[in-house]
Amino acid sequence: MIAGTRRVFVRWITGVFAALWAGMASYPFFRYLISGTKKKQAGEELVTSISLGSSEEFLPGASKNFKFGSAPALLVRSEDGAFHAYNAICTHLGCTVQYNEEKKNIWCACHGGVYDTASGKNLAGPPPKPLKALNVEVKEGEIIVSRA
Amino acid sequence: MSLTSSDNKFYSWLDDRVGVSGFIKAAEKKEVPVHKQSMWYYMGGIAMVLLAIQGLTGILLMVYYVPEISSAHSSVLFINTQIEFGWFVRSLHSWAANILIFILFVHMFSAYFMKAYRKPREVTWFSGMALLGICFAFGFTGYLLPWDEIAFFATKIGLDIAGKTPFIGGVIADLLRGGAEIGQGTISRFFLIHVILLPIALFAVAGLHLLLVQLHGMSEPESFKKAKKKKYEKFFPDFLVKDFMVWLFFFNLVAGIVALFPWGLGPEADPFAPAPAGIKPEWYFLAMFQFLKLLPPHIGPFEGEILGIAFFGVLALVLFVAPFIDTGKSKAVSKFFDVYGILFTIGFVGFTVWGMLD
Ligand code: HEM
Ligand code: FES
Repeated sequence: MIAGTRRVFVRWITGVFAALWAGMASYPFFRYLISGTKKKQAGEELVTSISLGSSEEFLPGASKNFKFGSAPALLVRSEDGAFHAYNAICTHLGCTVQYNEEKKNIWCACHGGVYDTASGKNLAGPPPKPLKALNVEVKEGEIIVSRA
Repeated sequence: MSLTSSDNKFYSWLDDRVGVSGFIKAAEKKEVPVHKQSMWYYMGGIAMVLLAIQGLTGILLMVYYVPEISSAHSSVLFINTQIEFGWFVRSLHSWAANILIFILFVHMFSAYFMKAYRKPREVTWFSGMALLGICFAFGFTGYLLPWDEIAFFATKIGLDIAGKTPFIGGVIADLLRGGAEIGQGTISRFFLIHVILLPIALFAVAGLHLLLVQLHGMSEPESFKKAKKKKYEKFFPDFLVKDFMVWLFFFNLVAGIVALFPWGLGPEADPFAPAPAGIKPEWYFLAMFQFLKLLPPHIGPFEGEILGIAFFGVLALVLFVAPFIDTGKSKAVSKFFDVYGILFTIGFVGFTVWGMLD
């Protein structure tokens, strides 16, 4: 009986130490693989604001997909003349959204998600959340987009 | 000395050292049941031939392919347009990959409906499912490598789905993506998974699978077991000759398809351009794609997506555990799995066709 419990105990302790050892041994390799995903890659810079040219030339109804830092973004000028900019990453499964001129809303080609142009709110299709908005200002006739 | 006797000398020399006669005896003893469903016994062998094509053409593609973000697309274009028979080698690799997945579905469901997963072939079944998983992973990682528009968005969606797995999803997606956005990190990681990790895994699991098939022999469907007169044929050489003919036919079929419909290449991926209209995944993901499109953004407190994916997980799990539950002791359970398999097939085919037409 005593021998039995001792055997169980020893087996248990061996298991615990084996698991600890396995965790310890794999930790460096896990860090090796994951840390590269958090560092900035060569040529990647943190962008806080970007100029998109003259507001005069960007007529109501026009839109533009552009690069904001390392992420895609979208600028739309609605018919009322107001500028709207968003992170162009669909909140559904991450495709890049675009402006639909005919329907005057923002649209994702992957599964047909639809967003409101003025607010970025998800209107139809599978997206669960609104688009992330960026700030747009017009300074001396120049469109400046910056992080909200 | 006659030719045969010197042959015999070499043969007996080899036999003493390698034991060839043992293999030949085993091969001669092996028998294959002959019945109405015998044609399904060819599917695994066809999968093997297609895998051989994949291995060979994969090595050839690596001669010119460059896994670097600004060269990947142009190196594939180079193979397609500048290298002699480059289009042929590349199309063979892409077409055979798709046909392989199709054949694996047929192989899996023929084993399923013949109840070949029952004792003692449970581990054969599990190793088979692992092989199917490995082949899906080959497909997913290989798809990104040409770095065209559609490859980029397919990977984006795939990684976002992986990222939605509770608890571990985020880390897994990060490990695969190799950075905040899909880019060089992703190409490097997908490339080495595709050309190093998966082939090693494939060799190990396929080795086990084939070993088990030899160990157990071919399973016999119920109707055959009950038959009064059972007909068998020798595996060596009778069945093997037919095997060879089927393989030859398949190789020619694939080469013919490739010559008529060479594989295309879309425009280079632009990570900042919107997704192109009409974008669709590969046909074997199309059923899931079409189903997910139907789901609302939220079902109760959950995202529709997560429930949808959990639902697919359960559907696949039922196939996985079939050998434990459908052991052959209960007629009702056996019937249930028949019906389940039929519904699964109809659902899969139906949603795939709908996705193609949509
Ligand atoms: C890389 C993929 C695969 C290869 C190369 C392969 C190869 C083979 C071969 C050569 C055979 C013997 C001939 C035959 O029955 O067709 C076989 C049998 C078998 N395979 Fe596979 N297979 C693969 C994937 C799968 C998958 C996805 C499953 C199902 C989950 C599976 C389940 C089975 C079963 C249960 C048998 C025994 C069939 C019987 O005894 O009647 N295999 N496989
Ligand atoms: S990724 Fe945009 S709708 Fe699915």
